[in-house]
Amino acid sequence: MYFFFQLYPLINTFIVAFHGNKEADEHLVVGLQNFQDLLFGDRNRATRKIHENFVLSFKNTFILWIGNFIPQIALSLSLAVWFTDSKLKIPGKGFFKVVMYLPNIITAASVAVLFLQLCGEAESIPGTLNMLLSKVGIVPYDPASRKYETIQFVSGMWESRIVVMFIQTWMWFGNTMIMLMSGIMGINPSLFEAASIDGANSGQVFRKITFPLLAPIMAYTLVTSMIGGLQMFDIPYLYKRDVSNVSDNLKTVAVFIYEKFHPSAGGQKQFGYSGAASVLLFFITLVLGCIAFYITRDKDEIARKKQIKKNAKQAQLANKQFGGLSL
Amino acid sequence: MSNMRSVYGTSKKDNYSLKIKMKSGILFLWFVILTFICLLPIYILVVNATRESTAIANSTSFIPSHYFGQNLNTLLKNVTYSSVFNVWIGYRNSAIITGFSTIFTVFFSALTAYGLHVYDFKIKEAAYTIILLVMMVPVQVTSAGFVDFMLKLKLTDSYIPLIFPSIAAPAVVYFMRSYMKSSFPLDIVEAARIDGSGEFRTFLTIAIPMMKPAIAVQAIFAFIASWNNYYTPSMILLSSKFKQKTLPMMISGIQASDKFKDYGAIYMALALAIVPIVIVYILLSKFIIAGVALGGVKE
Repeated sequence: MYFFFQLYPLINTFIVAFHGNKEADEHLVVGLQNFQDLLFGDRNRATRKIHENFVLSFKNTFILWIGNFIPQIALSLSLAVWFTDSKLKIPGKGFFKVVMYLPNIITAASVAVLFLQLCGEAESIPGTLNMLLSKVGIVPYDPASRKYETIQFVSGMWESRIVVMFIQTWMWFGNTMIMLMSGIMGINPSLFEAASIDGANSGQVFRKITFPLLAPIMAYTLVTSMIGGLQMFDIPYLYKRDVSNVSDNLKTVAVFIYEKFHPSAGGQKQFGYSGAASVLLFFITLVLGCIAFYITRDKDEIARKKQIKKNAKQAQLANKQFGGLSL
Repeated sequence: MSNMRSVYGTSKKDNYSLKIKMKSGILFLWFVILTFICLLPIYILVVNATRESTAIANSTSFIPSHYFGQNLNTLLKNVTYSSVFNVWIGYRNSAIITGFSTIFTVFFSALTAYGLHVYDFKIKEAAYTIILLVMMVPVQVTSAGFVDFMLKLKLTDSYIPLIFPSIAAPAVVYFMRSYMKSSFPLDIVEAARIDGSGEFRTFLTIAIPMMKPAIAVQAIFAFIASWNNYYTPSMILLSSKFKQKTLPMMISGIQASDKFKDYGAIYMALALAIVPIVIVYILLSKFIIAGVALGGVKE
């Protein structure tokens, strides 16, 4: 079963990556040509366009991921520290936790369409956000023509990116916060006690105890979030005005792959490129995954294994002293 | 003595507790603001679902109005909308796919984890490593190969590729196995064997009841993930027949804002899509938060 549904598609992706792009030569093996087109695109004009598109999608993915990860981790870390601080007495902690996790379970597709409505930018009928801003006085309103000078939250390059970053942060900070909280609660409470007896203030506790002991979990969060960021699809794909085309400012790698094999998503079917891009994405994920494993591996177990090896070596040495005879 | 007093005196202590109180107060305020931000978009959505289209276009209000029934009517009866967004078909399709795939995910993952935990066979470690490796691979990577494969099998435009792959859910297996390691002693299996229970019966009558907490958490997450999934259905249902569309696909259909002028109806559609899952979440929030804390979710 695992082979059929998980491993075979993966292998098939590799196979597809080495095949031709047009329907006619789908069975033609073209070797590394697809990769060459994606990474360098120096064959002809068509491939250069694909290459540019691919590089752009990578750049966008990176920008969107950075822009959502930094505020997200800052927010979640500070909240997690405050929530687990036993000295502070804040009523309704459970309620806050529940509310902050809420955005994460809502369908991403619905969230994208909802924000598209809220951030509408039409001059005569703007979305809620532009209207609120005009009430505060940021967005000018001309009563004579009944038109707003709206901020281009959908078609503007940085505006749309910021909205997508905000949605991602909004959706994921609760999840990260709860993960970090369980990490903090896993720290031995006697350490905090000792620190408070020694008269450490909360800043010192955070710098000297919480942060170093939380670092592995933070790194794990970083890597999983990076893998998640590489898969970002629903929101960038649906946050657009023009139904057939994703704006170039939001095109992520996942959208690129999807567009290359899905006939209705604009552009022709090009399984080869989609496969090649997937393979590249796979290797990036693999490297990131290995890093995550390396960070979260059981250090005690490794130390024990090392000890066993050392003992074995010593035993071997001892054997040698007896003339190489194994006793 | 006087020196001691100045360090441990009452005035210092009061100052300390005042500081804690101040900090708690400020943080409480900050949490309230964050809660506000979390809920505001959803609140506006619900309010706008009860308001008239022109009112939404001309002003923003935080007070619900009384056009709820009318918006619902437009959405369900007006052909422009009902040809793109039919909430009943959407619910039905989503429910079929989600229901079956949740059951499959939980049952077969429990079975796999049980097998990995209880039996000692040659390729056990290798199998487990492969499962972990596959867990790391995002859907998007395998999607091109998957669609190509399904095209060859002529299974696109059917629910089979959406339901059956859920049998193989590596992340769930990983979670269940670590749960079993901590709370499922092998002695029980031995005892059952001595009492003459068959292997499968042992699994059904002993292992599953013992793993109920893990199964419940994973079932909730499998349900949410499958209900919210937009990527896989839209890539498998290539011809996108209306009768087959899932709820997220219908939502993506009404996003073409040029065709649809009635904002009340659009917000109504979104509310119908979002509100059920919010209600489910509120009812189950205790389990969900606990599950996230266990590190059981990975998306």
